[in-house]
Amino acid sequence: MVAIALLSFFGAETELEPDLSGAWKLSLLSELPIGTTGVVESLDLPGEIQHHLMHMGFVPEARITVVRRAPAGDPTVYSIDGFEVALRRDTASAIRVREYETR
Amino acid sequence: MSSCCNTPTIDIPVEPRVAGRIRNVALVGPPNSGKSTLFNRLTGLRQKVANYPGVTVEQRVGRLNGIGLPDLTLIDLPGIYGLDTYSEDARVAVEVLHGEMPGTPVPDAILLVLDSLHLRRQLMLAAPVLALGLPTLVLLNMSDLMEARGGHIDTLALAQELGVPVAKISAVRGTGLDSIGHFLNRKAEPDAPPSATRIELPVVGNPRSYRQWAHGVSNRTKYKAPVSNQATRRIDAILLHPVWGPLIFLAVVFTVFQVVFSIGQPLSDGFGDLLNKAGDAVAPLLGHGWLESLAIDGVWRGVASVLVFLPQILLLFLFIGVLEDSGYLARAALIADRVMRSIGLNGKAFIPLLSAYACAVPAIMATRTIENKRDRFATILVAPFMTCSARLPIYMLMIAAFIPNKPLLGDFFGLRAAVMLSLYFLGFVAALATARLLKSSILKASSAPFILELPQYRLPTFRSLGLRVVDRGRVFLRQAGTVILAVTLVLWILSHVPFHAALGESVIGRLGHFIEPVIRPLGFNWKIGIGLLTSVMAREVIVGTLGTLYGADPATQSLGLQAALRHDLTLGGAMALVVFFAFALQCTSTLAIVRRETNSWKWPALQFCYMGVLAYLAALATNQIILNFIH
Repeated sequence: MVAIALLSFFGAETELEPDLSGAWKLSLLSELPIGTTGVVESLDLPGEIQHHLMHMGFVPEARITVVRRAPAGDPTVYSIDGFEVALRRDTASAIRVREYETR
Repeated sequence: MSSCCNTPTIDIPVEPRVAGRIRNVALVGPPNSGKSTLFNRLTGLRQKVANYPGVTVEQRVGRLNGIGLPDLTLIDLPGIYGLDTYSEDARVAVEVLHGEMPGTPVPDAILLVLDSLHLRRQLMLAAPVLALGLPTLVLLNMSDLMEARGGHIDTLALAQELGVPVAKISAVRGTGLDSIGHFLNRKAEPDAPPSATRIELPVVGNPRSYRQWAHGVSNRTKYKAPVSNQATRRIDAILLHPVWGPLIFLAVVFTVFQVVFSIGQPLSDGFGDLLNKAGDAVAPLLGHGWLESLAIDGVWRGVASVLVFLPQILLLFLFIGVLEDSGYLARAALIADRVMRSIGLNGKAFIPLLSAYACAVPAIMATRTIENKRDRFATILVAPFMTCSARLPIYMLMIAAFIPNKPLLGDFFGLRAAVMLSLYFLGFVAALATARLLKSSILKASSAPFILELPQYRLPTFRSLGLRVVDRGRVFLRQAGTVILAVTLVLWILSHVPFHAALGESVIGRLGHFIEPVIRPLGFNWKIGIGLLTSVMAREVIVGTLGTLYGADPATQSLGLQAALRHDLTLGGAMALVVFFAFALQCTSTLAIVRRETNSWKWPALQFCYMGVLAYLAALATNQIILNFIH
């Protein structure tokens, strides 16, 4: 996992596709460490924001990778369907994800 | 100058829909799909910008030329992710596409722009757009980049899947655009066969099924996403680095300011001289009567006092354009968000508020990037507190006249610099306090989402930067121009009636005398009162007015004016005056632009009164403190 973080930090050429088949646990998107990938389980946000995010691709079963945090530690940049979007911690903590245990 | 504030420069007819005849084409696409670049490419300067009625979403309509069809109108819809009404932008888009938006022609055809680098996600918008049943052409933008990076798409298969024609284009390079002409010409033929072969579309209104559908279509059309944006990731690793990120951010901010002040200021000064010389050159042609006075002293000088800011405004637009087009603006917002949040705003407000240190007009127009309406209005309302360059002439005059040049910290930082710095600080604190006040009262948000898409880095093109600067400049001149002209005329009449009276005896002079009891506690006399009235036009006008009133020409005899002011005002009154200017909204252009951006007179009126009351109270406190404790 540290290796993935380092690789993404220094801009490795290869995009690591994590294997999402093993055991998983439920956690909040805001709790995922940098470099890990989660699969959206559910969103619990006020109507318009939830709709907005879902239209951007934050729907159940979508894969989200944590790319980096802003220099101040918040917001965090996530990658979803190949594009990057930053969310504040309080927004990300309303998104439940399945976090897969990587080796 | 047109007679009404909303008269478009280009007359774009609103035609009813005629069977088999295409007149109005809507440009639809997600944010960052390159839709605006394409719109500019297709219409050039033949476009007009306004607000949709009742909302603050910008409406862009342009004439589409060179297609072989006459009178084609292209409507640029706001960038949207879906056709559900999740935001004001999306609501406007839905209303336009359904032909329910008053004042906007009903679209007969749709150009759907999708970024082919992110087609899998961008296709999500295709489902609801195709479900509208209008003739549609899907444009895969940036296809040159996609292919160069090893991406692939079978456009024929995609056209079959979607049941509409598909074309690869590059809006930046202008390639593949002839497909638009072919498409519109074919649709314009009276017997064009209905292209609606039966296609399977997902359930309307469900983002999850849109996404599944989009992924299915991508897979069936052998879409291979290009090698991921490693360049962007690598640049971000530096520009968003915990240490280097903020340092580079500060360097960018500093450079922008250095350039705006070191190039913008002389440019503005030179432009001002030019405008005055032009006025002087025309003056003899008008004789020496009231006509010359009205035309030159009234209209021309008044308009020139606002126009001098144009070079600075355009320069700021250029910088904001470079930041936005390159993709750095989003990173700046990301870096600034943590700090901005502590005052109740979000990261996207940072660059606009920063621009306000030069001029509030471009700052307020740049708040368009803030999607959250409450955050946007709060930013608009606090921007004029930032110390703009129009405040500097009166600050410098009063400081030079009343503050001794005493060194405080060596030769470089003296008492004068300290007073100047405090005035900057005062505006900043007022902005912070007002932002907090607004966000906890009238603009209170139940929850403030901050969703910031980080586009890939791109090199801005001269063409798009040039168009942006010209477009923003035109909006400023058109919106502010009429209001400025009206205010100038009223001020001229007030200061010249009755005829042949000195300024002190004119209507405005009497008004100055009339308000003297109100401003007396501030340490102001009737001359300052007149200056406060005339500078409603623009802050720096007060220097000229005081020059006239004290019988000195400000340009040549500023020493004389300083001595006269020292003779006439106390230190308390002088400092109260600069504090008044730190807070008061003495700027017609700002009022006009706030009206445009908030689409109502309510907000500029509220802002003017709030800042005026604050200015009065702060000036009163300043004068009383200096009077009682220092003297």
